[in-house]
Amino acid sequence: MGAFVLLLVILGGLVVMAIGMYNSLVTLRNRCDNGWSQIDVQLRRRYDLIPNLVETVKGYAKHESGVFEKVTLARAAAVNAQTVKEHGQADNMLTGALKSLFAVAENYPELKANQNFLMLQEELAGTESKVAYARQFYNDTVMKFNMRQQVFPSSIIANMFGFKPREYYQIEEEVAKGPVKVQF
Amino acid sequence: MYEQISRNKWKSAALIVFFMAFIFVLTWFFEYVTGWGKGGLVLAVAVAMGMAAAGYYASDKIVLGISRARPVTKDEFPYLYNVVEGLAIAAGVPAPKCYVIDDTAPNAFAAGRKPETAVICVTTGLLEKLNRVELEGVIAHEMSHIKNYDVRLQTLVVVMAGIVALLSDWMLRSFMWGGGRRRSRRSGSGGGEGVLVLVGLALAILSPFIATIIQLAVSRKREFLADASSAMLTRYPAGLASALRKISADTEPLEAANKATAHLYIVNPLKDIKGGGGLNKLFSTHPPIEERIAALEKM
Repeated sequence: MGAFVLLLVILGGLVVMAIGMYNSLVTLRNRCDNGWSQIDVQLRRRYDLIPNLVETVKGYAKHESGVFEKVTLARAAAVNAQTVKEHGQADNMLTGALKSLFAVAENYPELKANQNFLMLQEELAGTESKVAYARQFYNDTVMKFNMRQQVFPSSIIANMFGFKPREYYQIEEEVAKGPVKVQF
Repeated sequence: MYEQISRNKWKSAALIVFFMAFIFVLTWFFEYVTGWGKGGLVLAVAVAMGMAAAGYYASDKIVLGISRARPVTKDEFPYLYNVVEGLAIAAGVPAPKCYVIDDTAPNAFAAGRKPETAVICVTTGLLEKLNRVELEGVIAHEMSHIKNYDVRLQTLVVVMAGIVALLSDWMLRSFMWGGGRRRSRRSGSGGGEGVLVLVGLALAILSPFIATIIQLAVSRKREFLADASSAMLTRYPAGLASALRKISADTEPLEAANKATAHLYIVNPLKDIKGGGGLNKLFSTHPPIEERIAALEKM
């Protein structure tokens, strides 16, 4: 009788533990999704700002059409990106293109004094750091989620219910860390 | 960074446990001295919780009112809002509302019981004197207070300090007025009683001080924790270190701050307290700036 009760207690404890592990995996998976949609929101916001910016700069620097084309193309590629990896690549291209746009703007003092341009510049800088923070939050969450799936004993539960590791949102080394080429 | 965060958490947990143990010891003497039994503790807990609950629910409004802070919109301060929203994303909490104090002394604080209703308040001086990375460090520090539920923890500590204050106050009163009842109840217990009564008296006098010291120690630990979590959010501890240096080098006092709200700010806004001495350190709400900068530079 005593042994039976003990067995029941142990079994009950195991079930409670398994439920806890399953729930924490589900929580982390949802947090990953939420983190990804945060990145998405900020990226959209960035794409929406770009046409305004291009128009404003065009008003002062009409003959810099090469830069405008580059920015517009990069934006289109970024908007149409599907996978996590594509998003990362397109976004890096866009960052490079925007850098050359701002470098061009440096040559037009009137543009630099334009209130609208200054506001767009601040918005874009703010949005870019938000993208970076959203990416940091997403990657941290993915790390926790993937780790929970790999360590014992929650790895058993993860296998049983078919949890899949998530992909990190990576920045391409060459673009992110290398020097930016500026063409005038 | 990770070790600093977990060590800080562990230390403030240990302080809370120590505080509870202290209350239990005090209760034992309280029962012995006053003869009120457990009822005294229950009453003290109820009164202290009632007082703290009032403070807990009204505190953010009172603090913002005292500090003459005004709510601002994103159109007025796009720069501040962008930094706050970015770090809210990094911390995974909803973006808090922004308030501004029109004062040239650079400082900041966070208020609010939970992330959903939290508020971040900065002075206009802070926005003018810091660059973007420094401001991000400061806002990340405040965001960590919000994320770590520091307001809730401080309230808990205030409740415990309140319980201690009430118990020791009642004990002192019973020494003055209720002595006869105690003696008649325990007339036969011999010489050991005198010592215990003396210890009880000493505890009654000293424990409010001890409670204050623990309360302040918890406050300082939370500052260190918020510094470490800030570095975790921005991934750039040097930004906050440089901001702390700038804020503490600024000699202007913040006019809207006073003793009651000083502990909320990122750096003590009353510039009269100079760090260093052991006693000053024991009774200050913030750790010395040099120690905070040193901890940040070690990350």
